[in-house]
Amino acid sequence: MSGMGRSLRDKQSGLLLDEPLIFERSRSGQMGVDVAMDADGGEDLLPEELRRGAIDGMPEVSEPEVVRHFLRLSQWNLSAATTFYPLGSCTMKYNPIANEAAARIPGFANLHPMTPDDMAQGALELMFELQAMLAEVSGMDAVSLQPAAGAQGELTGMKMIRAYHRDRGDTRRTVLIPASAHGTNPASAALCGYEVQQLEGNSLGVVEAAAVRRAIGPHVAALMITNPNTLGIFEREIAQVAEVVHGAGGLVYLDGANFNALMGVAKPGHMGADVLQFNLHKTFSTPHGGGGPGAGPVGVREVLADYLPNPRIVRDGDRWRWRDAAPKSIGRVRSFHGNFGMFVRAYTYIKALGGDGLMRATRMAVLNANYLRARLQETYHLAVKGLCMHECVLTDRHLEPTGIKTLDVAKRLLDHGFYAPTIYFPLVVAGALMIEPTESESLETLDQFVAAMEAIAREARENPDAIHAAPTLTPVGRLDEARAARNPVLRWRAAAPAADDPAGDGD
Amino acid sequence: MRFLPQTEESVRSMLAAIGVDGLDDLFRDVPAELRATANVDLAAGLPESETLRRLRELAVRNDGASALSFLGAGAYPHFVPAAVDNLLQRAEFYSAYTPYQPEVSQGTLQAIFEFQSMVAMLLGLDVANASMYDGASAAAEAALMALRVQRKRERLIVARSLHPQYRQVLETYLQGVRDAELVEVGFAADGRIDSAALEQMLDDRAAAVIVGTPNFFGVIEDVAAIARLAARRGALVVTATAEAMALAAVRSPGELGADIAVAEGQSLGVPLSYGGPGVGLFAARDRHVRSLPGRLVGEALDSDGRRGYVLTLATREQHIRRERATSNICTNQGLIALAVTVYLSLMGKEGLRRVGLVNLQRAHRAQALLAKGAVQARFTAPFFNEFSLRVKDVDATLRRARDAGIVAGVPLGEWYPELADCLLVAVTEEHSQAEIERLAEVVA
Repeated sequence: MSGMGRSLRDKQSGLLLDEPLIFERSRSGQMGVDVAMDADGGEDLLPEELRRGAIDGMPEVSEPEVVRHFLRLSQWNLSAATTFYPLGSCTMKYNPIANEAAARIPGFANLHPMTPDDMAQGALELMFELQAMLAEVSGMDAVSLQPAAGAQGELTGMKMIRAYHRDRGDTRRTVLIPASAHGTNPASAALCGYEVQQLEGNSLGVVEAAAVRRAIGPHVAALMITNPNTLGIFEREIAQVAEVVHGAGGLVYLDGANFNALMGVAKPGHMGADVLQFNLHKTFSTPHGGGGPGAGPVGVREVLADYLPNPRIVRDGDRWRWRDAAPKSIGRVRSFHGNFGMFVRAYTYIKALGGDGLMRATRMAVLNANYLRARLQETYHLAVKGLCMHECVLTDRHLEPTGIKTLDVAKRLLDHGFYAPTIYFPLVVAGALMIEPTESESLETLDQFVAAMEAIAREARENPDAIHAAPTLTPVGRLDEARAARNPVLRWRAAAPAADDPAGDGD
Repeated sequence: MRFLPQTEESVRSMLAAIGVDGLDDLFRDVPAELRATANVDLAAGLPESETLRRLRELAVRNDGASALSFLGAGAYPHFVPAAVDNLLQRAEFYSAYTPYQPEVSQGTLQAIFEFQSMVAMLLGLDVANASMYDGASAAAEAALMALRVQRKRERLIVARSLHPQYRQVLETYLQGVRDAELVEVGFAADGRIDSAALEQMLDDRAAAVIVGTPNFFGVIEDVAAIARLAARRGALVVTATAEAMALAAVRSPGELGADIAVAEGQSLGVPLSYGGPGVGLFAARDRHVRSLPGRLVGEALDSDGRRGYVLTLATREQHIRRERATSNICTNQGLIALAVTVYLSLMGKEGLRRVGLVNLQRAHRAQALLAKGAVQARFTAPFFNEFSLRVKDVDATLRRARDAGIVAGVPLGEWYPELADCLLVAVTEEHSQAEIERLAEVVA
């Protein structure tokens, strides 16, 4: 296999043609767009000290070459559309093409955010209805769509919790967070000035009410908890846990990153959650975009509704209006109204599925995860025995005698044409391989993935060197990340910037 | 359901492999009382044709989307070449995730590396990150970064002329940040920052001066002068550019002395989309690289010496550093960063220079045409493609324009009581001479 890989990687032929940086395709005088000038000049409209000429280093490339450049780059990606993408905790489900068509309807795409409300009634109604639909799925009382992504939703939620306590003259300083939580949880809490106190889960990774009772006190502002947790296990004591937190005057932040396991199964509003964020780019099928844009609406119970970001959409006669209607609002977290284009996509998805379809999606996602768990739990070590929800966590423990580790398994999967699971997360599991198949995959695809995982386990015993060399069928082999971080090269620079021009800007 | 590939038969065989009797058995760990109340009571799902019909019904009620509009104020209509959206619709780009496995994500990684390079050039600084949510949160992250870099200093001096929503986001982000203090510096008669007041406020507690350029009134600030004042007292200068197209014609913040420069990149290849998604551009100097928020892509080599790209310096980030991370940001605006990269690649060095000049020309011609008689230019300092007009009666002007099918601009009184008689008007390369004349007729 590795021999074939080498010949494929000469990058002079076939599907792996080399593609230089766009700057390296640059030829002086080329342009990819014809810009008509009304008249020459215009520079003198600005005082000399503010004028900027052409920016040195910007590409000079014709349109066909630009198109070819980015088309070729696209072919160097595996994606959820091309490939099974079992990246745990990321919910890489199918992104319906109709969502893309809807977001591009001119009445949405060309709408300016400062448009007077009565000329944007369709957008306001869509947003209001989306808020109501998210409230129904989650059992929360009110929703704001403003946060731009999951982590900003967390930040919004924690700012609201802080405002709630301060309103009561309460200066609690601590947030409880299980060790299995996403890193964004402690980071978001810290951004609100909170100290983080780590909670340990039990042997099943589940947070027990007893453990919370031991940790709780008047110093605790909130508990941040993910349900199902990052091991894919439902927090079965969640209601009792919430009771303990509330009993001590604290609030419960529920991380909705794993909401794809909950539709029609359990509503956070009924678990005692006071606030949660929705990741529209996970549960509600808006594309991940290679790292965004996401959208991270927050849902709250009545107790926090007054603190939601302003402005809010209100009904005024027969019209929708934006109003600063939350009296104790934390303010804004983002300009304008949030990632509206993502709202159109999520709305389109929910309308397409309906209530029954959403519930069916969750059931199929959980079925797929349990099927992979059942098929793989002999070959790989299962972190937590028993049923899982939308994802399962395996480890490399069974491969220990072979010297093959989780990272090697992940890299070999790439040669088999699969994206890798999330690896080495959650941190509480050594050598974790976190697998989330979503509802979008057929039994046939899951079986192919099982076969690949089994083949890798066999190969680990028979020919571990082949795995250490993986991946071989990719445009590049394993990249030296440690060296990249030691001497970071973070941008292309025009050749030999002048000594007196440290920014390399040249103009 | 068209998005769910499992057949009834495959469901049965999978349940057998799992060793349970029915789908409900998969949820036996979920307490019964939660399951009992979990029904999702929403209308039945629709076929694609019906779904899109509903969406079109809503879209057509956004009549603002087809009106002749001179709205700016942080979001701008610019021409987007057809190739940009076509490439954005490559599912290999839009349905991938954050490039955790670099060997099968080189497309995304190389594009982000190109994005970082172009943003650094645009802003005139050494290094740019892989994007922030928008211009406003980028400005807030820049403020937090300034506080990190300037350890013993806790005061941030914010220009009153900075986009009001950026100031609001900044205030929200600073809630709970220990000892941080926001103070406001006003604007002078010409629309630029009140530099005498700024000089007074600058002391050894000042971590940074945060200024919009062009500011909310469309006025280009004298960043070089601000930087000279700030440097004398050891404060950093943070600039926030809500109209990134200005960077095509106006000397870069970095070259004028900004230490951190952020911008809203929507103007560079991204539709208005009611204000989002856009993209926050964020750049700084090399010496501050380890304090940067957000993702960074760097060059790397594989075992055979081939060049590739990886996420790097991740020890700043939340998934490694957790509560000690430089920011909580994870998902950012990857696909929109790609749109900006494709746009800038197409426009290129010369196209960008030209489109900058066209904006400058048309806006200045429009201002000359509009500022006549009772209507006056409110400020005298240089501007790019947006300007403030003093009119006799803002409401009456807006109404007259509306009757003629025109959205004439943004009334400034909502945020600035002292400018209640002012209208903010944006003119770009998308506005024809005839359209500008139509506006002039109703404003006069």
